[in-house]
Amino acid sequence: MKAKVYVTLKKGVLDPQGKAVMGALKSMKFDEVKDVRVGKFMELELNGASKADEEKRLKEMCERLLANTVIENYRIEIE
Amino acid sequence: MKFGIIVFPGSNCDHDCYHAVKHVFSQKADYVWHKDTGLKGFDCLILPGGFSYGDYLRTGAIARFSPVMNEVVSFAKKGGLVLGICNGFQILTEAGLLPGVLMRNRDLKFICKQTYLRVENNRTAFTSSYGEGSVVKIPIAHADGNYYADPDTITALEDNGRVVLRYSTSDGQAAPEANPNGSLNNIAGITNEAGNVLGMMPHPERAAEAELGSTDGRGVFESIIHAFSDCCKDHRHGHKTHS
Repeated sequence: MKAKVYVTLKKGVLDPQGKAVMGALKSMKFDEVKDVRVGKFMELELNGASKADEEKRLKEMCERLLANTVIENYRIEIE
Repeated sequence: MKFGIIVFPGSNCDHDCYHAVKHVFSQKADYVWHKDTGLKGFDCLILPGGFSYGDYLRTGAIARFSPVMNEVVSFAKKGGLVLGICNGFQILTEAGLLPGVLMRNRDLKFICKQTYLRVENNRTAFTSSYGEGSVVKIPIAHADGNYYADPDTITALEDNGRVVLRYSTSDGQAAPEANPNGSLNNIAGITNEAGNVLGMMPHPERAAEAELGSTDGRGVFESIIHAFSDCCKDHRHGHKTHS
């Protein structure tokens, strides 16, 4: 089983990396860019018993380690 | 008084802290490896600066699960003095001993320079040697020192004197131009609610001897030593302040 975890900054949290990337895109004349947020993408290989169990455990992994929920949101996809 | 200096894989200010405590302030000190459990006989724990676990994932995120951290948390919950410097501060926030988070610096750069700090609260075990509102020069060296917390947390910190150190100009103005990294409210150091845990981004151990360019960091160690000797005095008179 494979899982994808997306960790992104919460709304309202300043993202200096996103701002720098946006500045670069603007300077490259991609004027349509209104905002950029940089996040993290993680791929996990699992040998879990069931999708439901793994979803629960992945949530725990995110809450405890993969994301800092003070500033970050996470999203889980299981394939 | 005996200091324990926690060593994580990637700590690099452990020797500086050890030197300051042992040779500058003539106190007992021992290194504590991050896999150790069963901390005994320490009166103050220092989580030093560095790049524990290469700062992978987030600064401090992996170090907080080191075996020794259970001991650090229980030591802190019992009222023991815990000082987190730089990466140590980042680990304390990840461990939940201090609120908020240290994010990437506003300008995305590693900053290594002297900063001026205003002592906002000198009624703590870590700052009693300083005058209230005094301005001290202590260096920073970090890429992730941009303090952030939600508005309610910031209000709680401010209203309860838990913002202990603030980046300021040399004449003590906490102005935007004195803010090196984008920290909310120019925050450089905070305590927990009980006041026995301090996290600070500047490095007092790098400002403890004249040869290093400043002795302004001495006050942090002197305050801790005073707090401990006051505590012992209370014990002798039967007024136990904490267990």
